[in-house]
Amino acid sequence: MMAEATTTTAKDAPKRKGPGYRFNWVGRIGLAIILFWAVVAVVGPSLAPHPPGEIVDWDYFGPVTKDFWMGTDYLGRDIFSRILMGARYTVGIALAAVTLACTLGVILGMVAAVAGGWFDMILSRLLDAFNGIPSLLFGLVVVAAVGSSIPVLIFTLTAIYMPGSYRFARALAVNVNTMDFVTVARARGESTPYLILREIFPNILGPVLADLGLRFVFIVLVLSGLSFLGLGVQPPNADWGALVRENIEGLSLGAPAVIFPSIAIASLTISVNMFIDNLPTKIRDRSE
Amino acid sequence: MTNPLVSVRDLRIGATTDAGRKVEIIKGVSFDIAPGEIVALIGESGSGKTTIALSLMGHTRTGCRINGGSIRLGSSEITAMSERARARVRGTEVSYVPQSAAAAFNPSKRIMDQVIEIAAIHELMPRAEAEKKAVELFRALALPEAETIGKRYPHQVSGGQLQRLSAAMALIGDPKLVIFDEPTTALDVTTQIEVLRAFKSVMQRGGIAGVYVSHDLAVVAQIADRIIVLRGGEIQEVGSAEQILHAPQHSYTKQLLAAFEPVPHQPIAQPEQAAKPKPILEVFDLCAGYGPLRDGVPFAKILKNVNFKLERGRNLGVIGESGSGKSTLARAIAGILPAYRGGVMVDGKELKPDLQNRSKDDLRRMQMVFQLADTALNPAHSIGAILARPLTFYERLRGKAREARVIELLDMVHLPAALRHRLPAELSGGQKQRVNLARALAASPDLILCDEITSALDTVVAAAILELLKELQRELGLSYMFISHDLSTVEAICDDVLVMYKGEVVEALPAARMSTEATHPYSRLLISSVPQLDTGWLAGLEQDPELVAQFANR
Repeated sequence: MMAEATTTTAKDAPKRKGPGYRFNWVGRIGLAIILFWAVVAVVGPSLAPHPPGEIVDWDYFGPVTKDFWMGTDYLGRDIFSRILMGARYTVGIALAAVTLACTLGVILGMVAAVAGGWFDMILSRLLDAFNGIPSLLFGLVVVAAVGSSIPVLIFTLTAIYMPGSYRFARALAVNVNTMDFVTVARARGESTPYLILREIFPNILGPVLADLGLRFVFIVLVLSGLSFLGLGVQPPNADWGALVRENIEGLSLGAPAVIFPSIAIASLTISVNMFIDNLPTKIRDRSE
Repeated sequence: MTNPLVSVRDLRIGATTDAGRKVEIIKGVSFDIAPGEIVALIGESGSGKTTIALSLMGHTRTGCRINGGSIRLGSSEITAMSERARARVRGTEVSYVPQSAAAAFNPSKRIMDQVIEIAAIHELMPRAEAEKKAVELFRALALPEAETIGKRYPHQVSGGQLQRLSAAMALIGDPKLVIFDEPTTALDVTTQIEVLRAFKSVMQRGGIAGVYVSHDLAVVAQIADRIIVLRGGEIQEVGSAEQILHAPQHSYTKQLLAAFEPVPHQPIAQPEQAAKPKPILEVFDLCAGYGPLRDGVPFAKILKNVNFKLERGRNLGVIGESGSGKSTLARAIAGILPAYRGGVMVDGKELKPDLQNRSKDDLRRMQMVFQLADTALNPAHSIGAILARPLTFYERLRGKAREARVIELLDMVHLPAALRHRLPAELSGGQKQRVNLARALAASPDLILCDEITSALDTVVAAAILELLKELQRELGLSYMFISHDLSTVEAICDDVLVMYKGEVVEALPAARMSTEATHPYSRLLISSVPQLDTGWLAGLEQDPELVAQFANR
């Protein structure tokens, strides 16, 4: 393969640059911001200038000063430190939940599309029924029953967003499943796991990733909703959504305490979508 | 020749690819069309015939641009006009009949509303008058129930009728030029005759000039006065229909004509083996259908008691029109659609009706190749990976040995080894179909079921594929079951032929004597409906109207 590649490049060197990957700037910026927040989530708390739960200023909704880079919150806690701490919850929980929800949903959706029959029927109706339960209500019941902890939160958010992902993947997979190349593979005697992973999955990957980006944003929002109800991350810790909610009264005072967490949420969700919409594409252009 | 109606001078059309490279699609084409003359544009896919035809309306497909040259239609200079002025010309001066009438009609509106739409948009005449004119056109196009057919919806008429209705739509504004873009390609042969006749008579009566785009020389010979042969965006040869068919000058035209002439199939001499009297494929009382089962019988029964035998090393052709159950037969034999009654025997061993219960070796011995080469190849896998999979699956080949076998397979179908690194989207239609064949060969099968494998290909490419099939048969001792609606391809490769009609085999006979010895009225109708390379064929064709009414799905 290497020899092959070198000979072709040597031969056609003057007229073509070879098949390359195009990864445009929007996508790169998105990826850079995601990586930045990922790093902050890992090392952030140790960089925090103040302990995140400690009241360090006697004034509430304090302005941006040399000591408090992003002002202080309604209790006089340092917002900068709290955002660094919140990154771990927001990025961690949302990423874990969205990965679980999409992986489960996509696999079940593809199995249902390929297997069809009663399996598809029962699973689809079951998840439709589950979709009918309001998501916050469901979260409320689960957290009330088993108490709030990070794994419970991840599981709850996964359960809320899995059915949508299942529906989406199933609809795409049903279309691919009727293509002749899947029929060929089936006539060859291939097993269902092969059909799903090798024949169908590569052909639905693009839309599934776009769906994952959207779902990530929704999860960040629901997580903050749960925190607002006191069911999310428990005080004195807080995720970004909770930071916005607990400082919402500061909005009328123009306090930086509500603006900076909002910027953090926006930068993360927008950059995730920027990255997914501009994934590296292999450009190929037949010159003959 | 008097002043030409259309004159095209040095037309150049180009496009920009995704990578920003500029390609030229039409490279300086010039021709004239006299009033009332029908000119055919003929060539392979990619030769630019549709691009030229569309440019006569001042239209290009998205991404293409007219880069130079001029197109004059009557007194108007199409290339110099604004888009708004061009819109005024479309429908009144020049109109268009698309390839797929089914896709060109809006399924939610009545036919009449769509046919008179041109008159309404251009405010040519009041509605009542337009409807009267439409009914006259329906009558001229030999449509049944001309008075009331306009009240129907598009799904309530047949494909051939819809194609004629789309011609009525094009003719309502009294255009001087009508562009036909492969209007009969998607139709059955028996339907095609009626549509061609209707087109021809209505064009002659109105003295309308036409541009007829097609890849089928025999169809073009029936309707065109002059033929322009195109290749790669350049004119190869221009001449009257007679001259092109009987005295072609250019080598490419000769090649096209040669590809059209069926080469009679020479059955390979069978080594007399008394030890192997079993047929490679035997089908008895096969019944299959679609829909939910009730008492073990599906809702829609397609195949009705099909019986036949295929001897080892011989080829069986299955012909019939769309809806005759040809493809269903192949799917039932392959097990993709389990038969509900009857059986399939391969080499004397009866197979289970459904895929799940057949053994790996049963599946390996019988491979199927599909009509649409591109949907049969996974767009996400490289050619190498596609060919390697059956090798891993059936023979557990790995690494170097597998790679060597992939190269060998590509060589068998006359493709370069470097192609294995490409994705299917980077191959031409003919190359894709060769890869499909190579994948079937990878299983070392005894029998290949070919479902219309040459129908979507250009004549020259299809002829090369048939040649390849014959060669592979000589080398590997394969047997083919060859499904086609095209009688000349069947003649070119098959020893025996089954004629199917509505899920039943109506006649079985040797391919070589198909045209002379067919006795069943349907087979005779089907065989007589295949266009011949002769300009007088359509005019001289006589078919029993009762027979036509009985069998043809018009």
